[in-house]
Amino acid sequence: MAATKIETRGLSVAFKDFAALSSVDLAIGEGEFLVLLGPSGCGKSTLLNAIAGLIEPSAGEVWIAGRNVTWAEPKDRGLAMVFQSYALYPAMDVYGNLAFSLRVAGMKKAEVDARVRHAASMLELEPLLRRRPSELSGGQRQRVAIGRSLVRQVDIFLFDEPLSNLDAQLRAELRVEIKQLHLKLRNTTVYVTHDQVEALSLADRIAVMRGGVVQQLADPDTVYRKPANRFVASFLGSPPMNFVAGALTRDAGRVALRVDGAVVPLVRSPLEVELGEGRALSLGIRPEDILIGDDAAACDFRWDSDVALRESLGSETLLWCSLAGARVAIKSPARLAAHVGDRVPLGFSSERISLFDARTEERV
Amino acid sequence: MSGTAATLGTRSRTHPAGPRPWRLSPARLGIYLFLGAAAVFFLVPIWIMVATALKTMPEIRGGSVLLPPSALDPTAWLNAWSTACIGLECAGIRVGFWNSVQIVVPSVVLAVALGAVNGYCLSFWRFRGADTLFALMLFGIFIPYQIFVFPLIGITARLGLYGKLPGVVLVHVVFAMPIMTLMFRNYFATLPIEIFKAARVDGAGFWRIFTSIMMPMAKPIIVVAVIWQATASWNDYLLGLVFAGREHLPMTAQLNLLVSAEMGAHEYNVDMAATLQTALVPLVIYFVSGKWFARGIAAGAVKG
Repeated sequence: MAATKIETRGLSVAFKDFAALSSVDLAIGEGEFLVLLGPSGCGKSTLLNAIAGLIEPSAGEVWIAGRNVTWAEPKDRGLAMVFQSYALYPAMDVYGNLAFSLRVAGMKKAEVDARVRHAASMLELEPLLRRRPSELSGGQRQRVAIGRSLVRQVDIFLFDEPLSNLDAQLRAELRVEIKQLHLKLRNTTVYVTHDQVEALSLADRIAVMRGGVVQQLADPDTVYRKPANRFVASFLGSPPMNFVAGALTRDAGRVALRVDGAVVPLVRSPLEVELGEGRALSLGIRPEDILIGDDAAACDFRWDSDVALRESLGSETLLWCSLAGARVAIKSPARLAAHVGDRVPLGFSSERISLFDARTEERV
Repeated sequence: MSGTAATLGTRSRTHPAGPRPWRLSPARLGIYLFLGAAAVFFLVPIWIMVATALKTMPEIRGGSVLLPPSALDPTAWLNAWSTACIGLECAGIRVGFWNSVQIVVPSVVLAVALGAVNGYCLSFWRFRGADTLFALMLFGIFIPYQIFVFPLIGITARLGLYGKLPGVVLVHVVFAMPIMTLMFRNYFATLPIEIFKAARVDGAGFWRIFTSIMMPMAKPIIVVAVIWQATASWNDYLLGLVFAGREHLPMTAQLNLLVSAEMGAHEYNVDMAATLQTALVPLVIYFVSGKWFARGIAAGAVKG
């Protein structure tokens, strides 16, 4: 990883008695695209605002480019920010919005003009320069907001749920644009969202947050495949990971998990050393990792279940079945159409499962 | 006629596009009677004033106050404006008019400007104790200002401003502060905080954000505040009488001297004309700005 660009050390933010952020340690590399992901109220926007200098921390430090900026003004941190509500200045036209920060900085007129036009051409805003924000569509407004960050030519971009106010199609378009922009400029980017699709598709690394604490910080694949705890496992994925409660046991000399009568073999070796027999665990398996019909034959754990409900998602079909009394969702290719009431063979291979401690909910 | 209305009425039950049936129910009649009475109640005094101001004294003595003037005689209007005697000076009510202008203009400009800064500061640059300070200011709205008159005389006298123009302006501005601050704070509270944050990230400071971002967005509430403060300070009598001093008595105080003078015969037409002239300024303000005023209030300006 490249040199650290942004670093938070034990960063905490408290509003009266409520701890919005509890001692967050985060190191963001130069040119990295980091996504802060979590449900509303998890502290992700608070963290972003604290990095920007818009919220005072109650403890801890913020370092940017090797400098302690904990008490520096937002403008002195060398960053630009894009907001969910666009936050355009309504009394100024697009040109004025783009030029504002440069004019505040006392830049010469010719250079202001050159920078504004450059940003406008990158974002295809040239025909709109003389329009007021109220005369723009949502997508155009957010482009102007991004343009306002571009003109400042800083190396850190902060995005606070920039696409949440847009409709689905525009969101997908702008998501691609933001990604392309990042690949082109390679700015260090911190991007707040509650949308897992945005997080998974944009991020170099994702920090999943809950209750002001970072639950897991890893690349999208790891966060999705090897969630650090049950919260992360159930927050990502649609539908979320299936959970079945079980207890550790030994099956013909090998470590296995007993779930309500059935026994799931576990192939991972560390478990044999660390875990005691009878320990309560919960087994997590992604809906797409449960195979159906002939595909299930090769799996090392198999069972049969009735289809309780069937939802068509277009490219694939969602089947609701049961495993050891728990309801499980299965994503199957549309061609393997099973119907409600059918009894189908199901299976998964044990390297696909995640195990969580039943009490602490941490991954084991 | 009533037959036509009835047939149209029955038809409109099957065809909603037809005209509504016309029915004069007792309830509706009552509403119209009440509205009519209310209109008369408010309009008759105005009519009497306008009519009397345009009559000659013999005509006033001879006829009913409600009769229209036989000829439109502007003499009383001109007298009231420029020659009527107030105390020993016979220069008309216009002296008071210009005094009032000198008091109202600076007190409006200062009160609105300071109220805007206060409201901006309390909404966006929240400091420790900001809410307490705001609550204290709100409390100020509910204290009758007569209570402050005596101590304020002492304060202005010590500042050397008692009985002078800057003194009365200062007093007006001080008394306007709670309501001005309330208006602006509540208005700014409705603006998205993200705009403020964006401006800070863009590098703008306290005054730059205030002048370049917030003031252009505050136009509706500025209109409301200007109207409010202009009307209040124009209509003020007590503060002007106490603090302005003899040289700068506002129009309302001059008018009182004119109307309540006990010397000589009363020229009712001149009294009425002077009163109308005094009331004309707020009236014009309301007529000209009524639409903006309503719009400003609708913009969430003076909730609660």
